[in-house]
Amino acid sequence: MKRLIFILPIIGFVGLAGFLGYGLTQDPKELPSQLIDRPLPEFALPGIADAPNGGPGLVSASFKGEPRLLNVWASWCAACPQEHPVLERIAAEGFPVYGIAWKDKPEDSRAFLARYGNPYSGMGSDFPGRTAIDLGVTGAPETFVVDKKGRVRFKQIGPISPEIWEGQIKPLMQQLRAEA
Amino acid sequence: MLAEIGHYALILALLVAMAQAVLPMLGAVRGDAALMAFGRSAAACQAVLIAIAFGALMTLFGQADFSVALVANHSAISQPLPYRLAATWGNHEGSMLLWVLVLSLYGAGIARFGDNLRTTLQARVLSVQAMISVAFLAFALFTSNPFARLSPAPLDGAELNPLLQDPGLVFHPPLLYLGYVGFSVTFSFAVAALLEGRADPAWARWMRPWVLAAWVPLTIGITLGSFWAYYELGWGGWWFWDPVENASFMPWLLGTALLHSAIVTEKRGSLAGWTILLAILAFSLSLIGTFLVRSGILTSVHAFAVDPERGVFILAMIIGATGTALALFALRAPQMKSGALFGSISREAGLTMNNLLLMALTAVVFLGTFYPVIMEAVAPANKISVGPPYYNLVFVPLSVPLLLLVTVGPMLAWKRDDLAIVGKKLLVPAAITAVLLAGLTAWTGLANAVAALGLALGGWLILGAVLVLVRRWWGAGGFSWRLVRTTPAASIGLALAHAGLGFTTAGIAAMTTFAAENILVMRPGETAVAGPLSVTLRDAQEVDGANYRALRARFTVQQGGRETTLVSERRFYNNSRNQTTEAGIGVSVLGNQYVAIGDVQSDARGQGLVVRLYWHPLVGWIWFGGLLMALGGAASLSDRRFRIGAPQQRSLPLAPGLVPAE
Amino acid sequence: MLRLAALAAGLLLATPAAAVMPDEMLADPAQESRARTISKDLRCVVCQNQSIDDSDAPLAKDLRLLVREQITLGKTDAQVRDYVVARYGNFVLLKPPVEGDTLLLWVGPFAVLILGGIGVLLWQRRRPASAADTPLSDVERAELDRLS
Repeated sequence: MKRLIFILPIIGFVGLAGFLGYGLTQDPKELPSQLIDRPLPEFALPGIADAPNGGPGLVSASFKGEPRLLNVWASWCAACPQEHPVLERIAAEGFPVYGIAWKDKPEDSRAFLARYGNPYSGMGSDFPGRTAIDLGVTGAPETFVVDKKGRVRFKQIGPISPEIWEGQIKPLMQQLRAEA
Repeated sequence: MLAEIGHYALILALLVAMAQAVLPMLGAVRGDAALMAFGRSAAACQAVLIAIAFGALMTLFGQADFSVALVANHSAISQPLPYRLAATWGNHEGSMLLWVLVLSLYGAGIARFGDNLRTTLQARVLSVQAMISVAFLAFALFTSNPFARLSPAPLDGAELNPLLQDPGLVFHPPLLYLGYVGFSVTFSFAVAALLEGRADPAWARWMRPWVLAAWVPLTIGITLGSFWAYYELGWGGWWFWDPVENASFMPWLLGTALLHSAIVTEKRGSLAGWTILLAILAFSLSLIGTFLVRSGILTSVHAFAVDPERGVFILAMIIGATGTALALFALRAPQMKSGALFGSISREAGLTMNNLLLMALTAVVFLGTFYPVIMEAVAPANKISVGPPYYNLVFVPLSVPLLLLVTVGPMLAWKRDDLAIVGKKLLVPAAITAVLLAGLTAWTGLANAVAALGLALGGWLILGAVLVLVRRWWGAGGFSWRLVRTTPAASIGLALAHAGLGFTTAGIAAMTTFAAENILVMRPGETAVAGPLSVTLRDAQEVDGANYRALRARFTVQQGGRETTLVSERRFYNNSRNQTTEAGIGVSVLGNQYVAIGDVQSDARGQGLVVRLYWHPLVGWIWFGGLLMALGGAASLSDRRFRIGAPQQRSLPLAPGLVPAE
Repeated sequence: MLRLAALAAGLLLATPAAAVMPDEMLADPAQESRARTISKDLRCVVCQNQSIDDSDAPLAKDLRLLVREQITLGKTDAQVRDYVVARYGNFVLLKPPVEGDTLLLWVGPFAVLILGGIGVLLWQRRRPASAADTPLSDVERAELDRLS
């Protein structure tokens, strides 16, 4: 009994060291999404076209019937040009990608797409940043995987690399397509 | 060439440290005096070698030798020389070099000032110290070599963050390191005691000056850092419960506990095992603090240069050092002799309570800092944050009993005391404090009762500290100069430190409740109010500085019929394209007037300057108290009985029982 | 505090500009003061360890505006907090909720005090009578004297 008290510190320390070691493998900046398995929050965003109200925009209700990717991006975002070729490839492989231009002036968004190409099947402009908050966005780019029923199933924080697409998101999209 | 000399000196230091880690220990086991003496020479040699390396790096910074990668990445020609020199430790690699320098200086100190130490104990302490050295030197050489060359050398370097171009930077990190690394000495003492199987009063007395030698600079470092944040970061906060701050606060809390428990071990031979454990934990928390800062395991206000590889290395060091020490503790401590018993009302009991409360406070900071990491492992979907509201709710209630105890403790007699006698001694300070509390509550209103309590507690502490000296100076026959002259420095240290805590407490209480602010858009000629201040914006113009351009605004501040002029600047640094805010601060005993300017913005009346006006009552007391605590520690350190290495004046040995007790 | 040392490690600190801007503020002082209090308890999710009240990050500003908007819509303080938590999780609360997961965080320090106190009492009781009062031995005394 008496000995136990003297052993207590080392036991406590081993536990702490374990947690610290595990903590090293984690990114403290990554925030888990609150939306997983919940319906996409409602939004109706204007488009980014040089037209009254930005032309055709993006509505949350349209996320029905087929699984889609929803990519939050911006022309000012440093990692977005790096992610862009992957998005083009995803679109070329036949998976629909929709975009939300976050806190971005429509003319800047247009210039970005003119320069890098446009893989998006639809685009909404969230200049005030309110829809992004509803989505729990903390930075750009972030990508949501939305299933046939309009529920969020997965969230990618940071750019989608070819590996992440092949290894994680593409299999998920295929599985979602197969779901009833 | 200089870089290579520095690099070479560092490698030699590593080799010397390796020998020092093994040979003196062997000497202590075998009773070989020559091997033990080698430890002393090696410690001195190691310090000289690392000093050469550090001097080389500093010279490289002074010469702006951009062929060294570190110099190129962290200094520029346009920087004033003192800041270029300070840049030596203004980066990861250089600060690690400073760390090993301090470590080796402490080692040399043990060798030089440890003449009256048991030779076997000294040899073991030096060996343990060298083991820590080996780990850190290897870390510096293999993962963070400060002398790496850059080819081709750039014409100019990248400027140091302008926020760091401040006198605060020159002193703050070295002081903190003196503190953190200072606890390596007590750690070595603890491990050596476990190896010897002996932790007696003499051991505690040998160790105590080293505890103070670490605690004093740590106290100053924390105080200075808080002050620096207050005047440089531009919004007037003085403590943020940031993980990086907590990393320095935890060793301080444990160091404070150690300071007090070591007294019990020294005077009465009790609590030896506990003192050893505290000495191990204080250094371990310093190491974990380093780990926090360098690994990026936690996010803080500072965007860390996240480097998991360094994190792995430091974690391995922590596991090696703390793990071994605690395993040794589990094996050896149960067999150690426990000292004298004490009554439940006694000085020892008071100091034990002090340690319990300090442990609880450390637990608050520890859990607050690490709980997010633990949650991440246990419940990854439920990430949490722990911020100031948590600390305020849990830290404050636990610190109140501790603060109450601080004045009671020094009045208790060793071994056994009588509640009635203690009560009588406490009658006067308790009565004065009660009146103070009632008066303050009446004055500030019942809604601010917590602040009134904090202020009254401050009064209670200062009063208690004064009483310690008063009771010593007024003997049975009234006041006597002889008693004043013979007051041990340690008693004066106690009084200063406890009074300092009182000032800090009062400052925090006032600052948390009665601070006033006003954020608005102002145009020249306009006047605004913040608490008792009435502030007029006189003018705003652009000015040129050494390596920046600035927008400078002048204010007239009126308070209680007195008028002062304050200037705030918003600086734009050309090279790094950084911006900083220099606040205008009007300092007085009662509080600080604080004005800071921001961007140009429009309000209902047109365009103007965003202005933040603050009244910070008693805020200076927070830092004054911190410095007073450090001064108290320094006074204790100067006590004749601690004068380590001083020629031993041995007059008549004191008869048992006449050893002065404090 | 260590702030400097951290910076010293070659790091960049967010521009120390202050956060709340005059043009964000609500006209009603009572509502504005509520907004400030709520903002101080909400963590800025991009700068990570500052409240949205202290941060000058754009997202923090958005959230400050959102808090104020919810207040003007007549929501209670708790409702405003829940609104933000629904989007970002408990992570945004600088004061974590008291739940099963966080129990140790909240009661841990008090447990240290109470268990420590019990431990000290037991330790005092357990001591064998023979060790009742062992003052410093002569050897120890002599060694101490040598040091003084």
